[in-house]
Amino acid sequence: MLRRLHHEQPESFAFTQANLEWAEGQIAKYPEGRQASAVIPLLWRAQEQEGWISRPIIEVVADMLGLAQIRVLEVASFYFMFQLAPVGRYHIQVCGTLSCMLCGAEDLVAVCKDKIGPEAHKVYRDGLFSWEEVECLGACSNAPMVQIGKDFYEDLTTERFAEILDAFANGEVPTPGPQNGRYGPEPKSGLTSLIIPEDERNGLNASAQLAVALGETVARIDGTQPVASAQVINTPRSGGN
Amino acid sequence: MFLRDEDRIFQNIYGMKDRTLAGAKARGLWDDTAGIIGRGRDAILDEMKKSGLRGRGGAGFPTGLKWSFMPKESDGRPHYLVVNADESEPGTCKDREIMRHDPHTLVEGCLVAGFAMGAHAAYIYIRGEFIREREALQIAIDEAYEDGLLGRNAAKSGWDFDVYLHHGAGAYICGEETALLESLEGRKGMPRLKPPFPANTGLYGCPTTVNNVESIAVAPTILRRGADWFAGFGRQNNAGTKLFAISGHVNQPCVVEEAMSIPLRELLDKHCGGVRGGWDNLKAVIPGGSSVQCLPSPVCGDAIMDFDWLREQKSGLGTAAVIVMDQSTDIIKAIWRLSKFYKHESCGQCTPCREGTGWMMRVMDRLVTGEAEIEEIDMLFDVTKQVEGHTICALGDAAAWPIQGLIRHYRDEIEDRIKAKKTGRVSAVAAE
Repeated sequence: MLRRLHHEQPESFAFTQANLEWAEGQIAKYPEGRQASAVIPLLWRAQEQEGWISRPIIEVVADMLGLAQIRVLEVASFYFMFQLAPVGRYHIQVCGTLSCMLCGAEDLVAVCKDKIGPEAHKVYRDGLFSWEEVECLGACSNAPMVQIGKDFYEDLTTERFAEILDAFANGEVPTPGPQNGRYGPEPKSGLTSLIIPEDERNGLNASAQLAVALGETVARIDGTQPVASAQVINTPRSGGN
Repeated sequence: MFLRDEDRIFQNIYGMKDRTLAGAKARGLWDDTAGIIGRGRDAILDEMKKSGLRGRGGAGFPTGLKWSFMPKESDGRPHYLVVNADESEPGTCKDREIMRHDPHTLVEGCLVAGFAMGAHAAYIYIRGEFIREREALQIAIDEAYEDGLLGRNAAKSGWDFDVYLHHGAGAYICGEETALLESLEGRKGMPRLKPPFPANTGLYGCPTTVNNVESIAVAPTILRRGADWFAGFGRQNNAGTKLFAISGHVNQPCVVEEAMSIPLRELLDKHCGGVRGGWDNLKAVIPGGSSVQCLPSPVCGDAIMDFDWLREQKSGLGTAAVIVMDQSTDIIKAIWRLSKFYKHESCGQCTPCREGTGWMMRVMDRLVTGEAEIEEIDMLFDVTKQVEGHTICALGDAAAWPIQGLIRHYRDEIEDRIKAKKTGRVSAVAAE
């Protein structure tokens, strides 16, 4: 698929100080002389900071890694998670591949068209929303599902999906994960293996737990947000037991 | 006879138990890892070969044998273990559960596998969309470092070992091992020609082994409980337990660890509450992720979920991602959706795939609506044969096989639709 840079570009780009320090840590993961390996992580953090990949971002990342700009451009245009044009504050990615299609993904796309706007990749509602259909997001046993920001909203119905969009429009961030009362990808009617009493379970699955604990699902990442740690991977128990 | 809980390798696959290192240790992980490493490289390779473990990423290549391809002595170049966590095969959602809920199986696996191939570093390449899963896995890696299980003298084994987590940015092709290496080196994920094979010239031009998450994550338990224990599950040549991911038209879609060679029907009835609307309402099953041919319902009753049985049906176990379709499914449209997927994900390097995936999808477009000629069915089959085997990597094959399966099993349905479109009425069979 042909992907080009957006026709309107900002003047400049700079990582925040905290993101710059983070980026240096990333580059250090790779052997001497192999810093090009950090190109995807750096571009991704730039997109988390700015919302989309602009030409100045490509230039800055190329400089940081000692790469020709074309090398960074070809990476940015090859990988579909890089948005080469502005997206809405809430960019909705609906998984449309087979398992989700079988479970109603087309109806979710219809909700997007109805509540956001008819065309994918276009920003609607004063910059609040945009949407696109993406290929398999790897949560097939919890189909149909969408990704919003960092998080997956799974086991959706059209009604629940519409409610979620309304909640975002009101500035709320609904708890991610399965939306039908399920915990994760276990059989909904009850565990058929590894049975554990309900009151001994972790409150939320790991993904939803991190989302709730860190609270940056749809935030622009400037590097000052709390970082995931072992202290927050389990759901704290309420009531002292 | 179902798999008992105590024989499940992934004791916290649903994440309902303690997800920290302390929890993992309480479940028996990281128990005397130094002792396992102390057995030496050859003993570990022998045990892995004896266990019969075949790669869990789709191809089913014997894992122990793959590890043994690494040079015995370093020629000065470092060795690398690269873990393929780019789980993107449609229908597949098992590695996600390992990484977010039972990550220490993988982290410990990296150490023992890395040692067995003479590597002091592992890179785990996780798909970009798995953001929370990346965070959860990074937490486990950080905990392991803090506890001395990674780093210098990892787990007091005398072996120095580092694990780095790296991520992609939305490209299915990066699940192909050499495309993954290209991506990890900071380029477009375009597969490399083989030879040279990664075991000789892989990451940064160094000897490298690329393994699926599940293949690595099961290794510590196999080495702890013994090859015979693992080989005791499944039919000959199809050893072990396996994570199955079931999606689509079952009453309870789920991810579950079961013994290899479990009959399909038993898997669906026991864990998934059966096919939606009952067994007789089954239309077809894709047993191993989008890249394998579907099984029509008459075959499904006898189906055994392992590498060899499914290959005999010209299908495959793949990633053990079971996509179930009931009678309400438009099977032509279902396969069209996969064609659309492969067209979207073709990296564009090889002409047969770059052009062929588009051709195939456009013919499939018309088969869905019935606005085609009967001859085009054979023409389409012919195109799939021109793509299959004519590309650097297996994406071209993967795009061709589902269509071949459709034509093989559902030609009548395709023809009926075309005829119905031409005559403006539905034939008796299609109206059933």
